[in-house]
Amino acid sequence: MQCALYGLLIFAVSHSAHAEWELNLTEGVTEISRDVYDMHMFVLWICVWIGVVVFGAMIYSMIKHRKSKGVKPATFSHSTMAEIVWTVIPFAILVTMAVPAAKTLIEMEDTSDSDITVKITGHQWKWEYEYLDSGVKFISSLHPDSREAAVLDSGIDPNSVDNYLLEVDNPLVLPVGKKIRFVLTASDVIHAWWVPEFAIKKDAIPGFINEMWTKIDEEGVYRGQCAELCGRDHGFMPIVVHATSESEYNDWISAQMAAAEAEAQSADREWAMDELMTRGEKVYGTYCVACHQPNGQGLQGVFPSLVGTEMSLNDLDGHIDVVLNGKAGTAMQAFSAQLNDADLAAVITYERNAWGNDTGDVIQPSTIKAVRVQ
Amino acid sequence: MNAYAVDHSHDDHHDHGPPPGLMRWVTTTNHKDIGTLYLWFSLIMFFIGGLMALVIRTELFQPGLQIVDPHFFNQMTTLHALVMIFGVIMPAFVGLANWMLPMMVGAPDMALPRMNNWSFWILPFGFSIMLSTLFMEGGGPASGWTIYPPLVLQTGDALPYLIFSIHILGVSSIMGAINIIATIMNLRAPGMTYMKMPLFVWTWFITAYLLIAVMPVLAGAVTMLLTDKFFGTSFFDAAGGGDPVMFQHIFWFFGHPEVYILILPAFGIVSEIIPTFSRKKLFGYTSMVYATASIAFLSFIVWAHHMFTVGMPLAGEMFFMFSTMLIAVPTGVKVFNWVSTMWKGAMTFETPMLFALGFVIMFTIGGFSGLMLAMTPIDFQYHDTYFVVAHFHYVLVPGAVFAIVGGVYYWLPKWTGNMYDEKLGKAHFWLSTIFVNILFFPMHFVGLAGMPRRIPDYAVQFTDFNQVATIGAFGFGFAQILLLVVVVKCIRGGEKATDQVWEGAHGLEWTVASPAPYHTFSPQPVVK
Repeated sequence: MQCALYGLLIFAVSHSAHAEWELNLTEGVTEISRDVYDMHMFVLWICVWIGVVVFGAMIYSMIKHRKSKGVKPATFSHSTMAEIVWTVIPFAILVTMAVPAAKTLIEMEDTSDSDITVKITGHQWKWEYEYLDSGVKFISSLHPDSREAAVLDSGIDPNSVDNYLLEVDNPLVLPVGKKIRFVLTASDVIHAWWVPEFAIKKDAIPGFINEMWTKIDEEGVYRGQCAELCGRDHGFMPIVVHATSESEYNDWISAQMAAAEAEAQSADREWAMDELMTRGEKVYGTYCVACHQPNGQGLQGVFPSLVGTEMSLNDLDGHIDVVLNGKAGTAMQAFSAQLNDADLAAVITYERNAWGNDTGDVIQPSTIKAVRVQ
Repeated sequence: MNAYAVDHSHDDHHDHGPPPGLMRWVTTTNHKDIGTLYLWFSLIMFFIGGLMALVIRTELFQPGLQIVDPHFFNQMTTLHALVMIFGVIMPAFVGLANWMLPMMVGAPDMALPRMNNWSFWILPFGFSIMLSTLFMEGGGPASGWTIYPPLVLQTGDALPYLIFSIHILGVSSIMGAINIIATIMNLRAPGMTYMKMPLFVWTWFITAYLLIAVMPVLAGAVTMLLTDKFFGTSFFDAAGGGDPVMFQHIFWFFGHPEVYILILPAFGIVSEIIPTFSRKKLFGYTSMVYATASIAFLSFIVWAHHMFTVGMPLAGEMFFMFSTMLIAVPTGVKVFNWVSTMWKGAMTFETPMLFALGFVIMFTIGGFSGLMLAMTPIDFQYHDTYFVVAHFHYVLVPGAVFAIVGGVYYWLPKWTGNMYDEKLGKAHFWLSTIFVNILFFPMHFVGLAGMPRRIPDYAVQFTDFNQVATIGAFGFGFAQILLLVVVVKCIRGGEKATDQVWEGAHGLEWTVASPAPYHTFSPQPVVK
């Protein structure tokens, strides 16, 4: 059995190019990831060879030294020489592994001389990216197609969804050939940002800043996932990175800055109910639906309902307050920093008029702006 | 070392049996009865924890959400781990210790019999409290068994119950450990010097010290969670000047020695079984004792390898990488000694031996992945993926659980006076071994391919191996029913066992009658 499994493993490491039945670590697209891959293979082969020797001796012994063959048991029971040998040799093997590992580790932790810095903030259950050099900032969450399919009894076959659970609405865009430094933090619980092709993974911890870096060699789309249990939708906050040429990256940054400018101006005008409801539904579908559910009724005992409650029918000030500032000690986070005035006004308007709440309340972006000033 | 001579010349002892009925089990202070209670409790929890695992594996059979909500899925992963660690492996080891340690060192009973009764009987209450949270508003704990803040502080009504139950389990373990240390230090028969003690006694002796050292640390950590949640402290809240990572340091300062609490007694069991069925003395007894002690010492200085991704200083990462790699040395020594014990022996392959050999091979596979995980730069790729899940299940299931099951088969004739059904035992071994590998080996592959652990749903490219693993899980789960059948059959009857039971068995426990009398040694044996 073990032999067969080891055979399988050896087969695995030599035939690893299939998308399905994928068996081995990716080589990735950075210098570090290739170092990591090489070290992974080096240690794996050391383990395989030790396994061959030790299990080989065991299997030989099991075949040859059995009572049914009429052998008489030997009487030896210790050998100081043997003990020394099998202490010293493993130690020497460990040293040959430790030296390159230490070297790679030192490189991985050197975040100096970076070209671009991106701040990553983990939220339950989405990622926020902020380019500290240009101020471009957005939220990246699970793509609506995956979100719709990833519901109990959704009736949608995950195989029919493009990049099921590994696609986002707004991917992170990074230029190739530049040293990119990430600073990581979180707003609620601990998350971890991981893209296997870059071979970097680090926790995003509320109240603390962590650092890591990468330098991507090839253009392409790279996907990863949150790698620290962060609550109900831990499995539903993927990471997608579009690595582009430097000029494409610069164009993209300019477009983002222009869009942000236009968005800021729209907050000052008067919005119609329909407009707010349409936008509110979209915001709700991205930020709120994971907990409060598509029908607004939450999950009994875990996430509160928004349907027909005192807050959503009468207490408008309380409603605005909890959306902006969150509720301490629960999964309800403060959205004031994540969403702009128009989004907040829209989602609150939506929540007060959807699912039969029908209060008729219309909340303007200017109202939110006024609350923020207080 | 095994020059035992037992004086049975005045065997007119007052072998009064236990009181009849249910109260025998409630009020008992007899080490054998309490050992039996622990073992049955462990078996029941094994099936409960196994059912939880099957819920997990069923949901993971295909991508998409089919049977449970992700919140309930997280409760299952959390409670599966807590039940298996604190409800199955630890009580099973304590049960085996209760049964065997006094007989192995030539003692009449455990040193502190009344405390022994209590340390068992608070366990069912602790677990009733923990499992009752499943029926509470908001469900049970869903933050993983590692209960990291801030996430665990989002738990609903279940949190104080979880913490209280962990306190109870901790108290039970500490009392059990004190009892074991007191027994070994004070009740050894004349002539049973420390370096003559069977290795199972040695490994438990060291494990008991680990338990006393780290269970209070866990109790402290969960109490800090309690005060953070309900009494306004901020130990782990950065907004109040605390640090969520501090919890992880404290937790793993408990957690890593805990890992060895779950494996050292298994080393002891295997070190009893292999010499018996090789008909040859254990190779390198002294180095086995020192290797066990070294592993125990190292377990206190490697904890942060569970948290390489939290953003430690480079020097910290280096230290914990090197210290962790060092563990491979004493662990290797143990494996080499077991193989040398077999070498040029005259082996037979009864069920206990099969489980012991399965342990050596598959625990070593878990050791290999452990070595890979020790390497910080590559651990960043493995951390929190299914590769880690594969690793610790290899050391805990075909590792610890196989050793326990092997121990049960090994000592069952001594406990019941009857031989178990060898055919069924062998069937149990082969089915378990085949399915446990179908279950856990593919997890290496999906982990390397990039599947994170603790997710209820996954990208479609991970489907194939997950389906294989789920098939293995059901096979392994149902194979364990055989264990129950064998044990019940053996208790009810069967071929009578001799006192020595196994041809190659040596040690005091094999000098007493089978089944072992209710009060084992009176008068005390003398070891020459």
